[in-house]
Amino acid sequence: MSNSKAGSSKGSVLVVGAGVAGMQASLDLANSGYYVHLADKSPTIGGIMAQLDKTFPTNDCAMCIISPKLVEVGRHLNINILCNSEVQSLEGEAGNFTATLKTHPRYIDLASCTACGQCRSVCPVTAVNEFNQKLDLREAAYMRYPQAIPGGFAIDRGICIGCGMCEKVCLAGAVHYDDQPRMTEIEVGAVILAPGNEVFDPSGLDTLNYAKFPNVVTSIEFERILSASGPYRGSLMRPYDRQEPEKIAWIQCVGSRSTNGCANSYCSAVCCIYAIKEAVIAKEHAHHDLDCSIFFMDMRTYGKEFEQYYNRAKELGVKFIRSRVHTIEAEGEADLKIRYTAEDGELREDVFDMAVLSTGFEVGLETVALADRLGIDLNKHNYAATDVFMPVSTSRPGVYVCGTLQGPKDIPQSVMEASGAAAAGGALLAESRWTQTRTREYPPKRDVSSEPAKIGVFVCNCGINIGGIVDVAAVREYARTLPNVIHVEDNLFTCSQDTQVRMAEVIRQKGINRMVVAACTPLTHEPLFRETLLEAGLNKYLFDMANIRNQDSWVHMHERAKATEKAKVLVRMSVARAAMLKQLEDRKVGITQSALVVGGGVAGLNAALNLAGQGFKAFLVEKETRLGGLAEKISRTIEGTNVKPYIDGLVEQVRTNGSIEVLTQASLTSFKGYKGNFTSTVEAGPDKAEHTIEHGVAILATGAHEHKPVEYGYGTNERIMTQLELDEMIEHPPAEKDPGKWKRVVMIQCVGSRNKQNPDCSRICCQSAVKHALQLKETNPEMEIYILYRDMRMYGMLEDYYMEARRNGIVFARFDTDKEPEVRTNGTGLAVVFSDHVLQRWVKIAADAVVLSAATRANDTDAIASQLKVPRNANGFFIEAHAKLRPVDFASEGIFLCGTAHSPKLIGESVTQALAAASRAGSFLAGKTLSVGGAVAHVDGQRCAACLVCVRSCPYNIPKINEEQVSEINEALCQGCGTCVSECPAKAIELSHYEHNQILASIHALLAGH
Amino acid sequence: MGTGGEFNPKLLGIICNWCCYGGADLCGVSRLQYPPHIRLIRVMCSARVDLAHIFRAFSNGLDAVFVGGCHLNDCHYITNGNYNALGMVKICKKLLECIGINPARLRHEWVSAGEGIRFANIMNDFAPAIQKLGPLGSSEGLDEKTLRFKLEATARLIPYIKLVERQRLRAPLKLRSSSEPEEEYDKFFNSEEINKLFDDIIVSKLVISQITSLLREGPLSTGEISSTLGLSPSEVSRQLNISSKQGLVRYDTGLKCFIAA
Repeated sequence: MSNSKAGSSKGSVLVVGAGVAGMQASLDLANSGYYVHLADKSPTIGGIMAQLDKTFPTNDCAMCIISPKLVEVGRHLNINILCNSEVQSLEGEAGNFTATLKTHPRYIDLASCTACGQCRSVCPVTAVNEFNQKLDLREAAYMRYPQAIPGGFAIDRGICIGCGMCEKVCLAGAVHYDDQPRMTEIEVGAVILAPGNEVFDPSGLDTLNYAKFPNVVTSIEFERILSASGPYRGSLMRPYDRQEPEKIAWIQCVGSRSTNGCANSYCSAVCCIYAIKEAVIAKEHAHHDLDCSIFFMDMRTYGKEFEQYYNRAKELGVKFIRSRVHTIEAEGEADLKIRYTAEDGELREDVFDMAVLSTGFEVGLETVALADRLGIDLNKHNYAATDVFMPVSTSRPGVYVCGTLQGPKDIPQSVMEASGAAAAGGALLAESRWTQTRTREYPPKRDVSSEPAKIGVFVCNCGINIGGIVDVAAVREYARTLPNVIHVEDNLFTCSQDTQVRMAEVIRQKGINRMVVAACTPLTHEPLFRETLLEAGLNKYLFDMANIRNQDSWVHMHERAKATEKAKVLVRMSVARAAMLKQLEDRKVGITQSALVVGGGVAGLNAALNLAGQGFKAFLVEKETRLGGLAEKISRTIEGTNVKPYIDGLVEQVRTNGSIEVLTQASLTSFKGYKGNFTSTVEAGPDKAEHTIEHGVAILATGAHEHKPVEYGYGTNERIMTQLELDEMIEHPPAEKDPGKWKRVVMIQCVGSRNKQNPDCSRICCQSAVKHALQLKETNPEMEIYILYRDMRMYGMLEDYYMEARRNGIVFARFDTDKEPEVRTNGTGLAVVFSDHVLQRWVKIAADAVVLSAATRANDTDAIASQLKVPRNANGFFIEAHAKLRPVDFASEGIFLCGTAHSPKLIGESVTQALAAASRAGSFLAGKTLSVGGAVAHVDGQRCAACLVCVRSCPYNIPKINEEQVSEINEALCQGCGTCVSECPAKAIELSHYEHNQILASIHALLAGH
Repeated sequence: MGTGGEFNPKLLGIICNWCCYGGADLCGVSRLQYPPHIRLIRVMCSARVDLAHIFRAFSNGLDAVFVGGCHLNDCHYITNGNYNALGMVKICKKLLECIGINPARLRHEWVSAGEGIRFANIMNDFAPAIQKLGPLGSSEGLDEKTLRFKLEATARLIPYIKLVERQRLRAPLKLRSSSEPEEEYDKFFNSEEINKLFDDIIVSKLVISQITSLLREGPLSTGEISSTLGLSPSEVSRQLNISSKQGLVRYDTGLKCFIAA
């Protein structure tokens, strides 16, 4: 990866595709000191995620969580968004590319467009709205979706009749009919491809009658139907007669896992879980008990905690029908008769109001052409060809890939991969960091400390999330009557870019000096609104948020009047608090330019190596004597690649890298400090020598291990073994017990997973079984191999190997949890009894070996979790800050996670996640300084009696009695919890931003209206 | 308050940013429903909740207060901010009991950011429980004036309580490392030793504080004081003796009443 000579590479990167992956890669790179050109062929950024209603497994509203990212990308000084742009060619080599981009005309100048919408209101032409999946119409002058970034209109010249109306009404003079395509050449050091996927078009499948019956919709159409900003405003309706359906069917694997009617034999990896999500959300939207059935082959809920989501859906009454759907036929005027073959082989039928086709991903022809122009190889499914151990590198050095072009995947995987690609690109261009970036100048800050409070209140409708329950206009008018309020307004989406820009303008114009936003939750949106204040020239602390969505409209959906009353009170409390808020100044402190990486497996090794590549010092701490971790026990990947040479090479690179210090037989004995400046002590080596490590960030890659089964007689007979033990036997066959000589093998899946104790799926065991079955078959084609499974979770391209296994005669027999197989040992004899779901009876077969696909369990992290104060789930895996958009960050800043410590995953997936953690850590370190102060505690020396209450009660031992014999709190160290403040008998300590009077103001305001 | 027959309790919740607030948010994300009476205030840690906040809330006429934090040993602030909150709540409940307010009006729970359902369950239990109790004072048989008077008398003692609590009534640190820390805290705060200490150093102060406030409004006889405060005449007489010695009150032989010194 060191193709570029020092100083000769460009400090900028071209990111192609601005979906969630492209946006994440851009943000990581831009925050790491690279200038980013972000090109997207559409007039806006956001990709498919912007079209989704809710996201699994948290049921977060997709727009709510992507919107802050859109805004961040849109505002980032070092991200240059190039809309309507396509890459024509890419010359040069890694470190020094010249890309030629063709920008199609938008016909509206973004620099002057205010997004007022006048052009749209006069536009006489209508066309189908692609964003809403053609379920409604839009004008020729349009914005793809209301929260779109860049926040400006575009004219669709394909349908425009050129009447000139919009040009006449546009006061800003932004309409330019004569806009021409432009060719631009840009010089970049690396390219990241994130163009995304298309969704399979089922029109050609005549058995499903999608093209013929309006009530057969695709999953993405259904997302738009559910969406509050969709064609039906979030009301659950079927297209034919706009009636609320009472019975909906989801048909899985449409356009995937099939070569009949489509060319996509692979699994699309996301449809099972999104179908469950759609069913759960639809039930929520319905006004009565909605009947939801999901017709599926294998339920592939293999992601982190997805199995629990599946179980909850079953509890909610979603029906799961294991079957093959034969046809969808008309029933009556608009109902649908679904004929399907049930698992027992019987042909059955049932009538539904509506059917949702769970359509899969595929690489579009335009993307195939793009890959060709860029000179990168694609695999047989048209996805980018990548190395098993370097999943973000394409065949062309310096060109990286992430998101669904790399393979079908969900949002967290795309986000991880995006960060991973950013890390790879960042390491390539490390010496040119900060050479092409710009710095932001905020407008000069206005000192408002001597002004009386002048409060602006902005009430959000959040689409219909708030406005559908709470009477927003009434809340707004009520706010107008509150003391110190000089401006009120309500907005459809207060967080959208256009609203933000306008808010800053309003604040400046009206001289507002405190802002209250009544909307969603400060946990996600406070940073965004604080930024708005900075843009308006105000201190960011002069802000308070009333949570009238998560803690009001969403939890009091059936009590509209009371929810409105509550919203008014919450606004009143916020306004009272806002009036008391003070400006606080942050201070800069340095960040130690090094990282502590805990765990020397594949993830830890890659994270350390990439950080070193980015130019940071890394300390790698491993508890064992050897580096390599769990991967050392794996001989080959399912693709057939040898793992050992890779691990050896990786260890060698780490060992010889001057920027990495390796400590083995090491354990963390203490962890102190705060983000940017941690101090850890580590005992390492046989003599337990103590090392003190100063580091700015920490990455946890503590790994996982194979569960020692307590099931199926494991341990009572040496021919009952786990997959890892089989791996060892295949690789090094013992002379006496060569597995190649076995006549019959039975493998049992889900041992120690998907059960009561461990409700999660271990993700990787299905492929282990198939991998080993194929290896055994290769050695001895006569061998009979049975895999007893519950669902074969061969997601993505792994499906190829599942198909190969079935072609090779490996028998897959499914069992239910109420009919688990039984392993019987009789002296040296070994037999398995299982219920055959096709024959519908119990079968007993003798076996030479029984292989248990044992769960992957998190390694013991009790000590480190409590030292670093990071959370773990019930199964001991670390919990990331956000399951969707912050998959490798911990909620505590400066600490990251990767590899199997996060959840079970394949080697390649661990590498990606390790790079992602390195990217996030690197972008934190690259800032070099950090703001401290703000909401911390201060001692009033006059009142302090040096009673030591604060000294004793502080969780961090920060307060000290100084030379003047009063307590003193270091603002850089204070974490701002406020313990000392409540404990101090003399009220000598105040916590800024949570001052006594500020809290009391809220308490008083709670009742002020009564 | 409700207009019809229905009583809409006024509930305040003070909850921590890291866990309980996240749980309350998740509760919304999951669309779990609960009664709309509670108004939540966010603080960074439940340890920021001051005795003064709780007493001020009750003085202002709130019917109940909820304090929500991270689970014990999960506190964002090196796992012990919430122990301070736990100790504070235990003391607070004792104080409430002491002045005749049902301690069930103060509820303290641990809710993680992943426990939307737990937050909903707590709210669905808490609001009806308070509804059943009725407005503050009603279930206690205290009229508004007495109630306010008792709350204010206690609020005045808060700095003193904090000092003695820190010196004498603090749960030993070792309880935190027990396997059932919450039960240990319970045992500690209900132990005979603590109850005695509490009576000696806080209850008597509280009675004196109430007596002096009462006398500031006008001279009263021992009998009048004891009936107003709901205390036995002998207890009042004992505290009056102590207070006279401390020079806080004096007996006016002319009025045959006690007056504030």
